[in-house]
Amino acid sequence: MEAYTAKVREAAQRLLRETKVDLVMGFQQGTIPLMSQPVLIRKANEAERLHWDSCCGSNLANYLPKRKERIAVVAKGCDSRNIVVQILENQIKREQLYIIGIPCLGMIDRRQVLGALQGREPLSVSETNTHLLIQGKGFEEKLERSLFLQDNCAICTHRNPVLFDELVAEPVPEQTEVDRYEDVRGIEKMTADERWQYFRDLLGPCIRCYACRNACPMCYCPTCFVDESTPQWLGKSIDPTDTTTFHFLRAYHLAGRCTDCGNCQRVCPVGINMRQLNKKLEKEIKERYGYETGLSIEQRPPLDTYRPDDPQQDFK
Amino acid sequence: MGIEPGRLHFSWISSAEASKFVEVARAVSDDVRKTGPTSKLIKKLPEVA
Repeated sequence: MEAYTAKVREAAQRLLRETKVDLVMGFQQGTIPLMSQPVLIRKANEAERLHWDSCCGSNLANYLPKRKERIAVVAKGCDSRNIVVQILENQIKREQLYIIGIPCLGMIDRRQVLGALQGREPLSVSETNTHLLIQGKGFEEKLERSLFLQDNCAICTHRNPVLFDELVAEPVPEQTEVDRYEDVRGIEKMTADERWQYFRDLLGPCIRCYACRNACPMCYCPTCFVDESTPQWLGKSIDPTDTTTFHFLRAYHLAGRCTDCGNCQRVCPVGINMRQLNKKLEKEIKERYGYETGLSIEQRPPLDTYRPDDPQQDFK
Repeated sequence: MGIEPGRLHFSWISSAEASKFVEVARAVSDDVRKTGPTSKLIKKLPEVA
């Protein structure tokens, strides 16, 4: 990871010094362990603040839409796919971007680590490719990295950036033997009533804070449907009808656009796995159109493509 | 997501197809009427003592 940090800093310094970009979007060490945070660097001598470790799960593509500057952005596999979608949706131009690609081994789920520490507070964390070394007052814990990945990272099949100007390291091996849709198939097998109850329970704890929406790089609408008041599409309460409608509609708005970067689940203060909704739609798009989101800026996504030879009668 | 089959309909109707819209709207409301009152996605007013 130190090698990644060094490469990111070096690239940032070079790009800013040569004025190839106006700013560099990356991560800096957080104020507490396991929480690296996004940072914008505008001067070459500030590049030393940049940092990389396995706690950089936030998706920096979230900060790109509609920006006017020339930007160097640090991007993992999933982030690069979100950037592809944003380019396809005219939110940012390819020419504006310099993508510093991170071959990614998956990001650490802070909550799982804290769970394993059973209330003991981590004060410093270091890591190797296989282990996390966590130190605190009177204890030291060595954890196997692969057991503490974010849920979406554990089933990720695009760890290497799909679009980049330079990579900070050699590409990492992709996971090919993972089953992305095990949970989705389980839900598909339920009866309508079971499914209704399942989603009620899944989304029940939601407090409508909209952290999932705010963290989502694909939720860039200037006014979200939940905030509109003329007409008001959706009640503002935490009545289960309102919370479930919010999550269902948000999922539909992400159909064929979500890359399962996991930022929504990461930021949810009550730990809702709303990714299950998005994954169902991801699976549909894959099965019906053979399309995986955000892999190429050359191909239009199926849901914004019209073809005169559309096989469905109604579309002719 | 557990809404009863028959309550939710999708169709593609161009703004030029007024008669198709009427047809579909009639068919949908007939179908939905047949499924009876909904038990899902309803909000109750808070009960006051």
